[in-house]
This record gives sequence, C-alpha cells and structure tokens, in this order.
Amino acid sequence: MRLFAITRATLAKDVRLEWRSKDAINAMLFFSLLVVVIFSFAFDPTAEESRRIAGGLIWVAFLFAAIVALNQTWARELRNQVLDAYRVSPAPANPLFLAKAFGNFVFVSVLEALMTPLFIIFYKLRALGNAWELLPIAVLGTWALVVNGTFFAAISLRTRSREIMLPLLLFPLSIPALLAMVNSTTAVLTGEESARFWIALLVAYDVVFTTVCLLLFETVLEAE
Amino acid sequence: MISWEPPQPQKMASELKRVVPRSKWPHFLQNLDIRRSFPKTYSILGIHSGKPNPAQSAIKNVRSMAETQSNCAVVANGLIKQFGRFAALRGVSGEFAAGGLYVILGDNGAGKTTLLRIIAGLSHLTRGNISVLGNRNIREVRGHIGYMAHPSLLYDEMGGMENLRYFAGLYEIAPRTSKGDSAKLTEERCREVITAVKLDPDLERPVGQYSQGMRQRMSLARALLNDPRLLLLDEPFSNVDARSAKEMAGLLAELRDKEKTLFVVTHQPALLESLADEFVWMEAGKIVKRSPALHTGPQ
Repeated sequence: MRLFAITRATLAKDVRLEWRSKDAINAMLFFSLLVVVIFSFAFDPTAEESRRIAGGLIWVAFLFAAIVALNQTWARELRNQVLDAYRVSPAPANPLFLAKAFGNFVFVSVLEALMTPLFIIFYKLRALGNAWELLPIAVLGTWALVVNGTFFAAISLRTRSREIMLPLLLFPLSIPALLAMVNSTTAVLTGEESARFWIALLVAYDVVFTTVCLLLFETVLEAE
Repeated sequence: MISWEPPQPQKMASELKRVVPRSKWPHFLQNLDIRRSFPKTYSILGIHSGKPNPAQSAIKNVRSMAETQSNCAVVANGLIKQFGRFAALRGVSGEFAAGGLYVILGDNGAGKTTLLRIIAGLSHLTRGNISVLGNRNIREVRGHIGYMAHPSLLYDEMGGMENLRYFAGLYEIAPRTSKGDSAKLTEERCREVITAVKLDPDLERPVGQYSQGMRQRMSLARALLNDPRLLLLDEPFSNVDARSAKEMAGLLAELRDKEKTLFVVTHQPALLESLADEFVWMEAGKIVKRSPALHTGPQ
C-alpha cells in the first residue's frame, strides 16, 4: 500500500515538473521530427520499401529520443541534491525506480503518439498484417527501453560524463529488445510472417529486466 | 600412571626455542612473526600477545556501545572515511548524549559535513562503527532523523507547500486512517513547520524564486517535517540575515528544550553560544576538542 502511494506521489511530482519545464518532451519531439524529415528526404522510399525499413527507422528514432528523457529523469534529482532528501527518508528505493520508469514510459508514449501519424504520412505506411498487434509491440517495446534506461541512467548518475555513459551502457543490452521491436513491427507492416514470436520475446525481456532492475536498484541508490 | 595434558603451544614454542636457538633457524623463519601473519589462528590457539586481539576488542567495543547507546543519541567508534586516497575522517570517536545541542566547528575540509552525512546514513564508513538512536543500522531509524544540507534538497520548480507535501508522503507523517483525514493532517503539519520557520504557507512562488535566506528556512522546514528526534543541520545560518538567523537559533533552542538532539555545523558559533551544550572542534578529520564553552578555543 505504502509502495503504491509513494510511487503515485513521485510519478505525479515528476509529471508536474515536466509539465512546467517541458525539458524532456520538447527535446524529444524536435529530435524525432528531425529524424523523420531527414530520413524521408534521404531515402524517398516507395510504399513497399517503406514497409521494410520503417520498423527500424521508427524504433531507432524513439530509442535516441528516449535517451533525452532518460538523462533528464535523474538530472532533476541532482539539482539541489534532492535525491539525498529521498535517501535520508524511510521510503523504500523501489517506488522511486518504478515512478521514474512509469514517468519515462508516459513521456515516451506521448512522443510515440505524436510522431506515429507523421511517420505514416511521410513514409506512406499501411499495415498488411494484423494492425492491432502494433499496440502490444509499442507498449512492450517502450517499457523495454525505459526500464533499462531508467536503471542505467541511475547508474551513470554519478559519473562525470553521464550523457555519454548512458548510451554506452544501454544500447548493447537493448539489442535483443530492439531486434524484437523492429522485426515484429516489420512483420506487422509487411504481413509476410507472424509477429507472435517477437512479441513473446519482448514479454520475456521485459519480465527479466524489470525483475533484475527492481532487485538491484536499492544498491544503486545507496551507492556513493 | 600416564597423565595427559592438552598441548600448550606457548610452552612448546619456548621449549623449541631453548633446544634450537632462533639464530639457527632458517632465515625466512627468523623473520616470521606468527602473531602478525596469522592473527586469527593465533587467537584460536588461545595465545595472546601484549597487543589487543582485534576480534576481542571488537566484541568489547560492541558491548561498551550497547551499554552507552541506551542514553546516547550517537555513539561513534573510530570512524574512518576515505574518498580514494583522501581521508575525510581519520578516526572520529565520541558519545553524544540524547537531548543535547552540539555545535561542530572547524575549518573547511575538517570533516564536519562528512560526519553529518555518516550520521544521516548518506555516506558509508570505510572503517569503524556508529550507533544512531540506539541502532547500528541507520536505515531503521531514518524516520527519526531530520537532515538539512548545504544545498536546499528542494525542487526549485515547485512551491514550498508542494515540496513539503511530497516529502511528507515519503515520511508518512499522517497515519492512514482515511484518505481525507490523512491529507488534512499532512496539510496541517506542512503549514505548522512552514509557520515555525517564519514563512508564509500560502506563498505560491516556486522555491527557485525564493531568496537564499527563504530557501534556507524552507529547507529547515523540510528537515522538521517528520518531527525528528535527531536533527542534523549543515550550515543553517549561511546567507541568512542577522534577524532571521537569531530567530532560527531561537527555534533550535525550542527543539532542544523538547528533548531533541541537534548537531549543528556552523561558522557562526556565536549565535548558539548560550544555547549549545557542547562545542566540538574538528581538524583534519578528527575531533580535537570538546568543550561546553565556546571561548576555550580548539587548541
């Protein structure tokens, strides 16, 4: 009960702070917009080609954009050393992690909701497979990005060049998830094969990494 | 009748030394000091050198700590804290009775802030042990500790009340009877502490737009939120005008009268001269002097 209350309070606080500052969401939007426009000019693909490459383009754009939000997540806690106020309180560590992960999930989901129509227009996309499967792919893929990202952003928090450190730690571990996200999206768009295997892989990835992150987060938070 | 005696290593060693003098031993054995090289084995065999056995001293320390910690807010024993090769604390020991106001003095880099962070459980010890409010696991008493640091530990983009409401949730200061009651009690407590530090609870400005002095007072309000038994204040009077500093000192006196234990790191000890129970001087990571009077100085 307490875990839920603290998670909710921290999430509400983070959303409120982001709403006021718009630090992360603006940077993410402009970054993704640039990727969409630049790639569409660079390739100018046909509808058939678009279906084959769009999965990769979309998820790489979201991955790079998510890095901006992930870096902001903890940077906010470092100003005025507010994180120490949390650490000195009797609140357990995991609600903080969950709130940050949910917060990032919300921010990246908003970005995806805004950018997906643009992708559809610029790349003339139309799903030939089961379009509804894109929803679980988006949810599971976004969670895969943010759960590890939030954890590694916390690890790189006290390093000198954390903006560089986060991608270095996150990208290699995200390869299985990225592979599943891209292949499942391409499968749905082309309709040539089933996306079920890749979705199952995403579910397994999310379960394993969420559990590991929750188990290790207290150690990360208490580290100096 | 054959009598059997258990082997006595000490006796055997001296007999061996008598039969074969040490000068005739192989060179590597001559320089070998078993007591130093294998202290644990030596201790198990029951042989003790003149030097204290580390295991026994540790047990003795724990016993003496347990005896004293019942009426002490903080019992420190040989605290050593190293940051890489730099030692911020070099063996701080001392007992600090509950209900006292301790003013910690010293030059920059003397280890005052590090000591407060260790008491708060924010920094981990390299060596030594510490008991806070009768508990060696500081995590278990965090709910009874208030900590005010150099930075404000507040979100600049949020108002004072907003900040306190959030932190009140972390401390769960209001018992969860019903949702409405709990929210009301939290609200009352936040208003109470803001008023206590002479700020306006209805001020909607974000903390980032406060003056430095106001920020300091709001930071003190946050530290008081959970009605702590142990209050750790790092430079509470810095950047605060003279009148406000006096008011804050008065508030600290009130807290001391309510049997709270206070540790105040400050470069303005004169403000607490008549209120403090003890002045503690630190130098190069050590406590060099403790005195009930300020004018006696550190030397």
